[in-house]
Amino acid sequence: MEESTQFAALRAAAENGPGVQFDGLYVHAGDDDYDRDGGYTFGTPEGERSNLSESEFHAAAEEYDEYVSNWYFWTHVVGGSKLKGGVDVGENRHHRRNFLRWLELADQTQHDVPGRYEALRGGLTHEWGELQITATLGEEGHRVYEIRHEDDANTPTDELETYTDPLDIRELVKYDERGQYRPLKTAPTLQTGWVLTDLDQRQVFDAVDDVVYPATVVNWNLERHGELDVNHWEETIERQSGIYGVIETWNRGDGHEHVDWVAESCCDDSQCLKRREWEYDEETELDADGGDGEFPCREPCSLVIAASRKWTRLEGEETQTYEFELTESEKEQIEDIIDAVADGRADDIREADIYEGANRYRTRFLRAKRFDGEGNLSGTPTQVDEQEGHDQEDARDGHDEEEHDGDD
Amino acid sequence: MSQALVIVAHGSHLNPDSSTPTHAHADTIRETGAFDEVKVGFWKEEPHLREVLRTVESDEVYVVPLFISEGYFTEQVIPRELRLEGWDVSQWDSDGLSADHVTLTAEDTGQQVTYCGPVGTHESMTDVLVRRAETVTGDSDVGDGFGFAVVGHGTERNENSAKAIEYHADRIREMDRFDEVQALYMDEEPEVDDVADYFESPDIVVVPLFIADGFHTQEDIPEDMGLTDDYRKGYDVPADVDGHRIWYAGAVGTEGLMADVILERAAEGGADIGDALELVRERTRGQQTVEV
Ligand code: SF4
Repeated sequence: MEESTQFAALRAAAENGPGVQFDGLYVHAGDDDYDRDGGYTFGTPEGERSNLSESEFHAAAEEYDEYVSNWYFWTHVVGGSKLKGGVDVGENRHHRRNFLRWLELADQTQHDVPGRYEALRGGLTHEWGELQITATLGEEGHRVYEIRHEDDANTPTDELETYTDPLDIRELVKYDERGQYRPLKTAPTLQTGWVLTDLDQRQVFDAVDDVVYPATVVNWNLERHGELDVNHWEETIERQSGIYGVIETWNRGDGHEHVDWVAESCCDDSQCLKRREWEYDEETELDADGGDGEFPCREPCSLVIAASRKWTRLEGEETQTYEFELTESEKEQIEDIIDAVADGRADDIREADIYEGANRYRTRFLRAKRFDGEGNLSGTPTQVDEQEGHDQEDARDGHDEEEHDGDD
Repeated sequence: MSQALVIVAHGSHLNPDSSTPTHAHADTIRETGAFDEVKVGFWKEEPHLREVLRTVESDEVYVVPLFISEGYFTEQVIPRELRLEGWDVSQWDSDGLSADHVTLTAEDTGQQVTYCGPVGTHESMTDVLVRRAETVTGDSDVGDGFGFAVVGHGTERNENSAKAIEYHADRIREMDRFDEVQALYMDEEPEVDDVADYFESPDIVVVPLFIADGFHTQEDIPEDMGLTDDYRKGYDVPADVDGHRIWYAGAVGTEGLMADVILERAAEGGADIGDALELVRERTRGQQTVEV
């Protein structure tokens, strides 16, 4: 049934204008082209037959059915065809089509269609962030896809929680392994233990570009075609309004050190899998490394903006000189604690591992010894407004930002 | 030409449930098959407003803001982030309640975008408020012996937000279904704290006109009304307060029928939605509220 649908579509396409030229398949009807004298023409890299009757044409299509089903899949199932000199090269901005072709190396290798089908039968695997995506061949040229966490690459499928609808993993990807909310979808904190199977071409795209890593495929594809619109720090900050308008005041003079700190804090590969393409401005690159993720980041994200609003306020404070009494080990311990928190290791330090500065008992000991009743380190007062006032203001501020952002 | 619906909402960096109703309403509408694509975009989550349109393949896009009132977001943030060419708030010619739709081009994608007014000011939102009362009381005829309170922020931040509250309170009053109807506010008189003082009816349904449950609807309002002294302990529905039984419904935006308002906005903007409205009204009736 499907095959005759495919053949009927091919015959119609052959009779339409210049016919078909796609992935090595060449099909044409009529005598108004070159020096051919009527009938159908059917060609593949393996040779060309011309002047075919309809039944001969049908026979050729059956013999080279992989070329036919491949053409049908891309033109009638996926879509996004665009003819250039009669050849279907596909639309640059058809992100789904470009991604799917990348997933089966359609444009990256010299494989002809049978070679590619052979590879698909064995499964073609790509990584996308923490995802492992495998393309295989289904019935009659349709492709079937599977997605799992890359850390589950070698886990037998029946040991994984199996889903077949991309929307079914929406909740799962919302939380990390510890059950914490993941506000940044491209943070390297995806849970393991699940697999999405039997996906069709649209579902695999939706799973990646809508559910797990929103808009990463489209921006990656725009970038591949030289059309990615990067908005650097300066212009992004300038665009902000309402409670975020204040961030602009953080840019003073020529320095961009503060933006380097932002990028190093938030955009490092250990924190975000996007490859940061935005810089301070068009002319001024940041010193922080952009990372080597597969997909680009085109402007500071809402998390970076929200954090920068806080930093703008904090960085407006003058430095003070404090005097603290600490032993050498205590100073190092404070550094250890900062490192452990910054690297997200604090929870992993074993309860009895008192060799680690950020161990809970070690830290409680330090607090017991060095904090006074008011929670001041070494009994040295902070001197600015009372600490308590600060904290309350912060809490309120956070809610404001979350729930109405200054208005509405 | 294929058509897409894009629902845009605030989202949150802190509260994982903030986006849950948005996704749920998108799912409801997706199931009707009225649009070739149904997508969601957020200010604080991903896909961000800035990038959501490029994830849409259709050239004809209907954007419906899942916001309660006209104001900073609907007038400035959303059109700016979506890059709607030539947007000017005067195109809505609104008195603060009457924004309907305007069709513009998205600068970066070239799509034709019909930008609709927020759900909160649409007249059918009144029906959602009432449906919410039915859901929380479990009684599809609720009304007799009941007072109805619509709760909002107040004018402190945005005067249009109070207008929307009054508008729906008036419309519910006109239905003549509940014994008493009152608009109450969090930060001005008449205050939600004094809910019991404003009603004589033994039973009062309290519905906050909010899109998602969060700090205000789950912590502030229940404590302010005296449903509980600590939100972490939860509260009863109904709860006894000063001789009244308070049926506190939580954010109206979690009600399944919200999908209907979104559809109506898009349809008024010109989307061809077939019989999707009937489907949604049917399917969301008696349906468990969005789990949040
Ligand atoms: S701004 Fe930084 S943290 Fe945010 S998405 Fe881009 S690379 Fe990731």
